[in-house]
Amino acid sequence: MTMSTPIRVLVAKPGLDGHDRGAKVVARALRDAGMEVIYTGLRQTPEQIASAAIQEDVDVIACSILSGAHNTLLPRVHELLAAEGAEDDILFLAGGVIPDEDIPGLKERGVSEVFTPGSSTVDIISYIESHAPRHRDEIAGETTSDTAERSEA
Amino acid sequence: MRDAATLGAAIDAGSRRAVARLITWAERNDPRAYQVIGERFARTGSAFVLGVTGPPGSGKSTLTDALITMLRDQGQRVGVIAVDPTSPFSGGAVLGDRVRMNDHAPDPEVFIRSMGTRGHLGGLSRATSAAIRALDLFGCQTIIVETVGVGQSEVDVMRVCDCTLMVTVPGLGDEVQAIKAGVMEVGDVFVVNKADLDGARKAARQLRAMLDLSESEWRPPVELVTAIERDGLDRAWDAIAQHRAFMSESGRLERRRLDRARSELVGLAQRSVVERATRSAAQVALIEELSAQIAARTLDPYRALSQLLPNLFN
Repeated sequence: MTMSTPIRVLVAKPGLDGHDRGAKVVARALRDAGMEVIYTGLRQTPEQIASAAIQEDVDVIACSILSGAHNTLLPRVHELLAAEGAEDDILFLAGGVIPDEDIPGLKERGVSEVFTPGSSTVDIISYIESHAPRHRDEIAGETTSDTAERSEA
Repeated sequence: MRDAATLGAAIDAGSRRAVARLITWAERNDPRAYQVIGERFARTGSAFVLGVTGPPGSGKSTLTDALITMLRDQGQRVGVIAVDPTSPFSGGAVLGDRVRMNDHAPDPEVFIRSMGTRGHLGGLSRATSAAIRALDLFGCQTIIVETVGVGQSEVDVMRVCDCTLMVTVPGLGDEVQAIKAGVMEVGDVFVVNKADLDGARKAARQLRAMLDLSESEWRPPVELVTAIERDGLDRAWDAIAQHRAFMSESGRLERRRLDRARSELVGLAQRSVVERATRSAAQVALIEELSAQIAARTLDPYRALSQLLPNLFN
């Protein structure tokens, strides 16, 4: 009868591009799928993104980047997360104008999946639901409600 | 950071990640959160908790952002809890207050956490008190709690804050809104934001007239502020300081603390009863059975309750 815990997603736009319509479409779709979306707005530095992700204890970071600076900015975000020991706790996704040939390199440097323009929000949602670390743990049976029952006994 | 002991040690060592995880545990009603906080409870309570409430569009987040800057200039460590409404249909939320404050994100002396109401009415999240304590343990000297801001239902904020700032803007017809019971009583200090707009002085005058009718000993000041220009903040902060002095001099602070403790304990008890009523499969089945009888009008709800209650504490 209780609402299950929502997956928390940070939607961020690193770098200098000013086109946020895609990010907002994704944010709304994630909300409608029952997730909590922390939207940090335009022109974010990797430091702002990593700090926000840690304070918000998010399950997922979704970076939308259309300026072409993905090869610098995205690995930098991952480095900052790793410096705080948070890289395994957070699913790191990217979207936007990212050429196919750059995707393998990004995946080697911390990005789990890239969703290029034309990706359906349905695909993004189902990817998140099956890959978000903590959500995965809950489905696997390590739920906090079990802990609650044990402690109150 | 799997167990309470490890997380507690990390909190004591000042880890931001641990504070964030503690808040997450509290949001999930994970007993480990209460264990960690409970062990450190005597160390909490020294942070100044400021509530910021008011209708959507009044500029609460911009004002909060300006206050963070001001407090940082004073050398304080600042915590912010920004609450936004969760959709009762999807269970999801867009938590957008952070957009206006994210310049402060990389500052190690600022901790901002966004929370959804997750089904709770009253303007805050159920886990807000616990989150405030987590930020207190992090060493925040001032903690700002920004509420959803829907007007009369904003009673929660009084229960967790030392001082509540009610933010309004000219032209929303708030002079009339403010007459409605409950709204006026929530604010300890009033701010008319976007004071560069027409009607600001009139709005302030009308608010003051309304507040003059109140019989309480504290006359809430009404300050004109233009948050986006950082104008008038020092006046607003002085008003807050005056309120703080009034509360400690008159002994009201102790009374408010007692009221808050009582309110929280009763709230926790209420929540616990609902959880027990719906926890086991047998309880859920009983509720279904009784509900069917009520819907068919073969049983009234009041007698149904008396059948439900005895099972709660077995």
